[in-house]
Amino acid sequence: MRLDGKVALVTGGSRGIGRAVAIRLAETGAVTYINYHRDENAAQQTCSLIAEEGGVGRISRFDVADYERTQASIGDIIRENGRLDILVNNAGIAVDGLLVRMKESDWDRLIGTNLKGALNCCHAVSRVMIRQKWGRIINIASVVAEAGNAGQAAYAASKAGLLGLTKSLARELASRSICVNAVAPGFIKTDMTAALSVQAKEKILEQIPMSRLGTPEDVAGVVAFLASDEAGYITGQIIRVNGGLYM
Amino acid sequence: MTLEERIIDIIVEQLEVTREECVPEAAFIDDLGADSLDLVELIMEMEENFGMQIADDELEKIRTIQDVIDFLRSKGVS
Repeated sequence: MRLDGKVALVTGGSRGIGRAVAIRLAETGAVTYINYHRDENAAQQTCSLIAEEGGVGRISRFDVADYERTQASIGDIIRENGRLDILVNNAGIAVDGLLVRMKESDWDRLIGTNLKGALNCCHAVSRVMIRQKWGRIINIASVVAEAGNAGQAAYAASKAGLLGLTKSLARELASRSICVNAVAPGFIKTDMTAALSVQAKEKILEQIPMSRLGTPEDVAGVVAFLASDEAGYITGQIIRVNGGLYM
Repeated sequence: MTLEERIIDIIVEQLEVTREECVPEAAFIDDLGADSLDLVELIMEMEENFGMQIADDELEKIRTIQDVIDFLRSKGVS
């Protein structure tokens, strides 16, 4: 399975799942753009890790929630390479709390990055993918999109929105060999889950048949497969990577 | 180059059809084998080339090459 000659963009690629995905895509041969918004050092680090493996990683800074900046930055990538083959919508933020205690600004921010951000990026890449008659869009959702989770109403809503986007766009673009899929990770060892208390983690582990948290690499392998030619007949699907937590 | 020629150039390029097929009465979907995505691409290409926006309700009225010519003329493109 190789991605040589392909150009990929991973949003939120500086840390966590996004970093593992970027490294894996670059290792597999794709010229990989690492988008980030705030953490320049982490993005640089992802780039160095890719270079150490002999891959090609480049940095692209923009806030996916900002429509104009997103169109301009992705436009630059397309002009630079004459193409863009793989988009991984991974950029996401979490603001947890019971909805009754949350503020409007919290869900505006969540939906703006997690859901509108993905729409902004899909909008920017669709045309070139239609022209190429080849493309892969992979949206990183979450187990909570389907299972729900107390304290994550807005986050779950934004991730469930991604599933609707995935299925609709899959139908719109199927005739051009563009596959649009969602990957729904369960609990993965990242900064986002490191914030959970020990008790909360123990409770979660009890519910996972595999009795362990997933690793970013567990997710990255699936994303790399979905990005490949071999996955050309898979579209509109939700691939769950959760150790059996939700079936 | 006349307006007709410029339009036909874009259609030939976008839909991969021959110039001979591009008679004014040719319908994009029925005669030129376009699908809905082809039409969207074609319209976006026209918008870029002629520096204008085509609204969705105007889009629905466009079926043939002549429709495009008439539409662009009505917008003052020549």
